[in-house]
Amino acid sequence: MQTLTSAPSSQAVSNEPFLVIDGVSKVYPTPKGPYTVLDNISLEVAEGEFICVIGHSGCGKSTLLDLVSGFGQPTRGEVRLESVPIREPGPDRMVVFQNYSLLPWMSAAENVALAVNNVFPHLKRNGGARTIVDSHLAMVGLSEAADKKPGSLSGGMKQRVSIARALALQPKVLILDEPFGALDPITKEELQEELLKIWQEHKVTVLMITHSIDEALFLADRVVMMTNGPAATIGEILELPFPRPRQRSQLMEMPEYYDYRNRALDFLYRRFAHDDQ
Amino acid sequence: MSVATSRGLQARKAPWAPLAKRATPYIVCVGGFLIAWQILSVILGEARLPGPINVVVQTWDPYISQPFYDDGGTSKGLGWQILISLQRVAIGYSLSAVVGIAIGGMLGMSRFIGTGFDPVVQVLRTVPPLAWFPISLMVFQDANTSAVFVIFITAIWPIIINTAVGIREIPQDYTNVARVLKLRKGAYIREIVIPATVPYVFTGLRIAVGLAWLAIVAAEMLKADGGIGYFIWDAYNAGGDSSSSQIVLAIIYVGIVGLLLDRLVAFAGRKFSKGAA
Repeated sequence: MQTLTSAPSSQAVSNEPFLVIDGVSKVYPTPKGPYTVLDNISLEVAEGEFICVIGHSGCGKSTLLDLVSGFGQPTRGEVRLESVPIREPGPDRMVVFQNYSLLPWMSAAENVALAVNNVFPHLKRNGGARTIVDSHLAMVGLSEAADKKPGSLSGGMKQRVSIARALALQPKVLILDEPFGALDPITKEELQEELLKIWQEHKVTVLMITHSIDEALFLADRVVMMTNGPAATIGEILELPFPRPRQRSQLMEMPEYYDYRNRALDFLYRRFAHDDQ
Repeated sequence: MSVATSRGLQARKAPWAPLAKRATPYIVCVGGFLIAWQILSVILGEARLPGPINVVVQTWDPYISQPFYDDGGTSKGLGWQILISLQRVAIGYSLSAVVGIAIGGMLGMSRFIGTGFDPVVQVLRTVPPLAWFPISLMVFQDANTSAVFVIFITAIWPIIINTAVGIREIPQDYTNVARVLKLRKGAYIREIVIPATVPYVFTGLRIAVGLAWLAIVAAEMLKADGGIGYFIWDAYNAGGDSSSSQIVLAIIYVGIVGLLLDRLVAFAGRKFSKGAA
């Protein structure tokens, strides 16, 4: 809505990593005094990396990703993408929302087209937008359903449209907030595999919130595990050495897989077990 | 879900069931109502309350059989009287729709105006339609214009309120999409605000058409040349043998026309909502 001309591109030589979360805290004022959600979190993400953030409900995972997408502003510290501080949402950090956030009065193709036409207005005139829309719907296997409205699509299909819309904008960072949480297990596994394929083809940097340890281990380069709120912080980061392209069945047969799985389980259910569980 | 769908299928199969079976509840209940009415008429005496048979017999010629006779002046068939009333409603209601949507849009878009004018709206919307009549007679010095104004001022409040609520209740999902895409103001209003608000506007329009029809009949009874309300009051004042039957017949017509207006606006609402509701 604000028509800020895109921030000065920081091709200027800097050795700073692609995405830097630099000592951010998020504090909400409440009648009972300040409530600290996130406390002094720092994380550096390389370009093209796949990061999964995992932690119990209410630990501030979504708040952290909001600071990257720009929907929220940190109380202290800052988030920088290519050395430019993030101040507001923008299509270079496209979000795949938990509840899809498709406009129900538009068909799948129109939902994607609204985004493409708005972000690449110059393509609208020479018909390039239509090509981008079609190719991205095809990429998520939805060419057949392009003219259907979200109301007649299944949850998995809606999430595919949402992913197609996000990737059609060629974002620098793709942010997914529990994208597969509401899907049945089979659809979930299918979409995980497709997301990995798309990620490898697009070389996009991904930040994804998940509740599922297995999902994180299958997808991520690194799994960021957060401590419980209030004043949540990063408790431990698992660097996953599993080779790519990954196959779920092969992964499950690797003994290391269970080492990492146990470390994550230990973190979530023993060291930082949820209070009310 | 599957249960709901299978029920839906059964409901859709119903038209194939024998017609008589579907008509039975209507025949039994409406018939029972008519019989009760006839019995009540016999008890009270048909001069005080004509039964359904009296009504049909006494008003058949000319009121039922010739809806469009015209003996000059205000002596017209019920078809003409209803058209006169509908014409007043059409003018007043169209004006209230245009003005109401515009004002409601402003109240919904601006928190400042919305909050500031809320007391005015809340007080004025509870004023009964006829309370506006004397003041509008004084202002307009003309019964017909005053009747149209009463329609306008009666119908406008639900339209204003529902439009404003519709805009305020735009789901955050949609505004988040607008923010991340950096939709320009014009595109935001055209692609998101209007389609998301249409179902609310039509809720207001539907309430408004009912109120408008209530108000016109009452206003015409007070002071008007022609119209179905005038016809009822005129029949009462005439005090002839069939007066009460004429009144009952007119009431039935008023009810049927009110129902049709309601269904018409509901139908238009479904057409325009494009699956947003």
